Amino acid sequence: MSVAIRLAGCGRTWPGGSIALHPLDLDIAAGETLVLLGPSGCGKTTLLRLIAGLEAPDAGGRVFFDGEDVTRLPIERRHVGMVFQSYALFPNMDVAGNIGYGLRVRGVARAAARRRVDEMLAMMRLDGLGGRRIEALSGGQRQRVALARAIAPRPRVLLLDEPLSALDARLREQLRQEIDALLRSLGITAVYVTHDQAEAMALGDRIAAMEKGRIAQIGTGRDLYHRPANDFVAGFVGDTNRLATPEGERLVRPEHLALRRSATGGFTVVQATFLGPVVRVLLRDAAGRELRADVPDEDVPAPGERVAVLFQGRSLETEAAASPA
Amino acid sequence: MPDRLRAALLIAPALAVFLAFFLVPLGQLAVAGGAGGYTTILTEPRYWRSLASTLLVAAGTTAITLAIATAVGLFLARTRFPGRGTLLALLTLPLAFPGVVVGYLVIMLAGRQGLVANISLALGGDRIVFAYSLSGLLLGYVYFSIPRTLLTVMAAAEKLDPRLEEAARSLGASSFGVLRDVLLPGLAPALTAAGAICFATATGAFGTAFALASRIDVLPMVIYTEFTLQANLAVAAALSFLLGLATWAVLALARGASGGAAA
Repeated sequence: MSVAIRLAGCGRTWPGGSIALHPLDLDIAAGETLVLLGPSGCGKTTLLRLIAGLEAPDAGGRVFFDGEDVTRLPIERRHVGMVFQSYALFPNMDVAGNIGYGLRVRGVARAAARRRVDEMLAMMRLDGLGGRRIEALSGGQRQRVALARAIAPRPRVLLLDEPLSALDARLREQLRQEIDALLRSLGITAVYVTHDQAEAMALGDRIAAMEKGRIAQIGTGRDLYHRPANDFVAGFVGDTNRLATPEGERLVRPEHLALRRSATGGFTVVQATFLGPVVRVLLRDAAGRELRADVPDEDVPAPGERVAVLFQGRSLETEAAASPA
Repeated sequence: MPDRLRAALLIAPALAVFLAFFLVPLGQLAVAGGAGGYTTILTEPRYWRSLASTLLVAAGTTAITLAIATAVGLFLARTRFPGRGTLLALLTLPLAFPGVVVGYLVIMLAGRQGLVANISLALGGDRIVFAYSLSGLLLGYVYFSIPRTLLTVMAAAEKLDPRLEEAARSLGASSFGVLRDVLLPGLAPALTAAGAICFATATGAFGTAFALASRIDVLPMVIYTEFTLQANLAVAAALSFLLGLATWAVLALARGASGGAAA
């Protein structure tokens, strides 16, 4: 049911000559959830659209589903499910009409289609809403309808383009858990685009961090967080400090720093912000360099106090920091 | 000053103009027909035929214009190519022509010495001439109606969310399926509005018919003939009122169908 995806030498250049995606190779295992993570304009959506068949790769690039070359296959024949940030539900159809659309255009028998729609309504906790018009739904319900519509025809691959970005924080968290459970229970190969690192960490078997049309690093959330391949990944996945040490410049996570009051300490507290689980302390040294430390909310030094900074963990060994170019 | 009074004062000039230049003449027109005028047009089959052919030409013009404008509008709204701006300018050029010029263009194309006649003659056939008939009139009206319909369709097409089409395609919809299930429903309000304007214009257009031939039996021509040549004021007034009523009825129907989006 689920298929492996392979991209070989897939790049994408816009007609104007600007490069959206540098040629890249990518393997996604059957049943795996791969998250494409990066800031806007990094090429993550272009990569998703290449897999979907909404964009064609530049000459030489090829896309395979389980070894079958689908490069020339348009999206309507690739049998993929897509979920968009804007939901993209058909306003002229009700909820059941939307969910059953893929079954209808593929010629599934009416009774079988109705059974599948009911199954999807139950799975997405939309029971009783089949006859609702789309305008009458909340944002969270709309996105669940969009998911149900994409899954109903049992696609080979599920592609999600920032599906939660239009929702508010609480709903986002809840729907994220639902999507996670859904992807695991279906065992479907999924590619999930987001700019939100927390979402990426929670959902992906693997994360591909993308920068300027290239995959900067691909690996588990732990890999990216603890062993970032370069400064970009270190800065985009979590917060980092640049710390000058006798051995050279080091990248250190704010939670790996501890503070001790000391009249001879090198840093002055500029600001202490209570964030809930931790207090984010902004420090500055005599040369004006800034440092951010996340410390427990116990006896936190006040602004103006002098402190010494201690390592409480490892510094990040990025390739860039280890071998300065 | 109470708000109501101020509002009444503010709306008074518009109301005066509306009364003086619309309601009063319209009322006079309705009355001018007199019992005689209305009896004549209701009993004389010639006028019924004229009304029928007027509505038929208007309906045909609307259908053909909508079909062409939808296809061209969708293409132009989604495709960028060199010369697109020039093409659009050419397509909307007829906006600047009076109906008489449009009629003249139809004669150049399909008249006795027209392009079509000359080509068909050169190919060894008869002269094909259709300028001076209802087909010629239809052609002229279509040409005349395409620009504004096209602009309305393009504006609506540019507002359609391209993701809707992509979602439909990802679910397996063919191009025809996308057109039927996504594009046409999305464009429906604009198409109804543009179609209503197109229909109203085609019902009342006079210049083109006048340029083509006086024997074309559409209502504006009949009214002109009754009014100026035969000084039959009662019948002309009754016909005018009938034409207005028929057009208004069609527009009201269109407005009902589109949920208020039509003009």
